[in-house]
Amino acid sequence: MELEAAKVIGAGLAVIGVIGSGIGIGNIFSSFIEAVGRNPAARSEVFTMTMLGFALVEAIALFALVIALVILFG
Amino acid sequence: MSSTGENHSNEKHSPLEQFEISPYAHFETGIGDLAFTNSSLSMVITVLVITLFLTLTVNTRSLIPSRLQLMSEMSYNFIAQLINDTVGDQGKKYFPFIFSIFMFVLIGNMVGMVPYSFTFTSHIIVTFALASVVFIGVTILGFWKHGFRYFALLAPAGLPFYMLPILIPIELISYLSRPISLSVRLFANMLAGHTLLKVFAGFVLPLGFAGVLPLAFIVALTGLEILIAFLQAYVFAILTCLYINDAIHLH
Repeated sequence: MELEAAKVIGAGLAVIGVIGSGIGIGNIFSSFIEAVGRNPAARSEVFTMTMLGFALVEAIALFALVIALVILFG
Repeated sequence: MSSTGENHSNEKHSPLEQFEISPYAHFETGIGDLAFTNSSLSMVITVLVITLFLTLTVNTRSLIPSRLQLMSEMSYNFIAQLINDTVGDQGKKYFPFIFSIFMFVLIGNMVGMVPYSFTFTSHIIVTFALASVVFIGVTILGFWKHGFRYFALLAPAGLPFYMLPILIPIELISYLSRPISLSVRLFANMLAGHTLLKVFAGFVLPLGFAGVLPLAFIVALTGLEILIAFLQAYVFAILTCLYINDAIHLH
């Protein structure tokens, strides 16, 4: 296989890991909506925790993205 | 990029070109070349911005604060509140450290959002240096506070003894991977965000009139990037607080 083709395929395979992060972010926001629905008064407190969880989970997706970029351009 | 139609297929602009380090001045020393690079310049600008912002805005000390004074007081209160929530009263003396790290990362990310500037937090060596300072500092703090008993961090209380051979290596690996996860999180967010902006910027001209779609997307993405720039500084600060809390209060 040519090196360029292998690089592109490898980068494509590497970003499969983003799926997990997508599920995670969906989970976080569904729990957030559920929590606010149960107790609207706690919204601002829960929101900061949601944002923290969002940032932590999104970082996992970016690990995969960085690996893909390293394969593609590195 | 050239605006004429036939030219931009010849030019190769890598989306990673923005992260290249170019030295402005060389200082040859015994241990190597200590060059003053665009990364160093951006760090100096960041420190200057922080210093000027925090000193000039509060030197009037008016009882009814101006907007700028309110901003610097809010940033102070924000971190003080964060430390109070996560560490408690014993965390007060670590405030200058956490506040410095928070402001350095936050303003560094924000300086990086200015077009044609350089984002030093998108280099893993910078974030890894910050994370190692946190990691080594927290480890020394833990051993200084608890001595040999700090190793109890690796074994949660109330655990059956036959679980220990499995759990201690896991806890040890997770403890040792703290600086890596802390640094890669910030670095990857900045690298991926700025690369994504440049990749979409590359779609605008070749698409012609339909290029307004990627352009609109870039505008939205810039807003998201500013949010991420703040969030990552916040996450860096809160994780530092949590690590310090772990070191002070053994569970």
